[in-house]
Amino acid sequence: MSAILERADFDLIASWVQPGERVLDLGCGDGSLLKRLIVERGAKGYGVELEAAGVLAAIANDINVIQGNLEQGLAGFDDQTFNHVVLSRTLQTVRHTERILSEMLRVGREAVVSFPNFAYWKNRMAVMAGRMPVSEDLPYEWFDTPNLRFFTLLDFESLCAKMGLVIRERQVLDEAGRLVTEEPNFLGSLAVYRLGR
Amino acid sequence: MSGVGIVAAQTAHFTQPLALKGGGLLPAFDLVYETYGTLNAAKSNAILVCHALSGHHHVAGRTADEFGKPTANIGWWDNIIGPGRPLDTERFFIVGLNNLGGCHGSTGPASPNPATGKPWGADFPVVTVEDWVDGQARLADHLGVDAWAAVMGGSLGGMQALQWTLSFPERVRHALVIAAAPKLSAENIAFNDVARQAILTDPDFHGGHFYEHGVRPLRGLRLARMLGHITYLSDDQMAEKFGRRLRVGAGSYGFDVEFEIESYLRYQGDKFAGVFDANTYLRMTKALDYFDPAQDFDGDLARALARARAKFLVIAFSTDWRFTPERSREIVHALVHNGQAVAYVEIDSAHGHDSFLMDEPHYHAVVDTYLKRVKL
Repeated sequence: MSAILERADFDLIASWVQPGERVLDLGCGDGSLLKRLIVERGAKGYGVELEAAGVLAAIANDINVIQGNLEQGLAGFDDQTFNHVVLSRTLQTVRHTERILSEMLRVGREAVVSFPNFAYWKNRMAVMAGRMPVSEDLPYEWFDTPNLRFFTLLDFESLCAKMGLVIRERQVLDEAGRLVTEEPNFLGSLAVYRLGR
Repeated sequence: MSGVGIVAAQTAHFTQPLALKGGGLLPAFDLVYETYGTLNAAKSNAILVCHALSGHHHVAGRTADEFGKPTANIGWWDNIIGPGRPLDTERFFIVGLNNLGGCHGSTGPASPNPATGKPWGADFPVVTVEDWVDGQARLADHLGVDAWAAVMGGSLGGMQALQWTLSFPERVRHALVIAAAPKLSAENIAFNDVARQAILTDPDFHGGHFYEHGVRPLRGLRLARMLGHITYLSDDQMAEKFGRRLRVGAGSYGFDVEFEIESYLRYQGDKFAGVFDANTYLRMTKALDYFDPAQDFDGDLARALARARAKFLVIAFSTDWRFTPERSREIVHALVHNGQAVAYVEIDSAHGHDSFLMDEPHYHAVVDTYLKRVKL
């Protein structure tokens, strides 16, 4: 993920968080998004992270980090505890896709989900040329990628419809972090959704 | 020698009576303690280390022999305390004590009962985690510590750290609750009761007044410790360390020591029975059984913890089946429910419940990283 796009992603999410709101960041890594939401937006944040190195870095960042595996759901977190539950660029690595989306909207009032768009034109070009795409946003080879699910804006929206999830807002970014308004499923590299019930 | 070097215990004498949770009053009492590092001018760098079932005040360093030379008597959590270690004595002032009812110098069942002049024995009151914390608060007063930078402990020690945040919310800024649980399960209590029955049914126990008979219930204490030891280890670790290996010359189809694990447990049992007090053991296990801060809140742990002001670091170990990670997560989720500050780490370790005492690099890195961000 390019630094520019990462900032753009975080900018959007930060703009949706109001002071004093409670945020749960799933797959929070070193907690840099939460740190920003706490410092800039006055949010109260918790993160969930599986990897030991991420947990240690988050502790160093003074983040309320809880080590745990998203594949096991969010057992123990009470219903409707958070204003926003964030899953930033992680959904494509999760095996139990529907369960995690349901769990996010069980513990939170709003789910914020961002993911790389597999139908981005450069990805399509790569496949047309006969190879799986490798780019700054999909930096892995097919044999070492942590990504389990490859999907597009249209795919995701049809899953939301099937699950009865309401799309409250959708923002799509290109590789430079600019908002895309035309042909988002073709020109958009990263999609960021706000979902509710 | 790395670490804190040679250490010596001190004794604080308290003349103000202490009211106990189970009723009754301790008229006066002593607490024996050790300290490492220096209390800063602002008195803001003090860390209290609480001990578990069989622990005591000698947490770090080595005691000296009569010539002032270091002995082999090394503190029970020495690997985490000292210059450059996670509990960095260049930065923190660290206090370890022997709890009330103990048998390492603090007032306990073997101490003289002022009413009779004879050892308290069975008449020494049952003390609770709350009572220990009250006693520790007296020690904090004695040392001039208004608020601890952190209170920490493993197992039963972790329960004391948790209780500190509830008994004295304004006096503890960080609580490190390690390999602990918010209360015992029925299985935990069952193990404790078998251990107690081993002691109580030992003919040398004499209803707890064995001191005046000049004997000690060594067999009961030994069995209690052997049972406890099984629950502190993991199955994998036992398999790796001992397997089904036989001792040399074994295979006699008798009941003497044959397997290595038997030898190990008997050694641990004998070592413990030689130095520990049976009445103390009974009281420590009772304190564990009774601990349940949610009891007064209809079992609602979140409501019970709501009054805590401290930030928490909760650590559990993957192979700990005495206090499993699930039990630690109960504490974590109650704190999250309340919007309280907490970090939770689950350490991969092969050493079962005993993992909290091990020098495992990632575990120590977590404690070190957490304590580095504690402001003084």
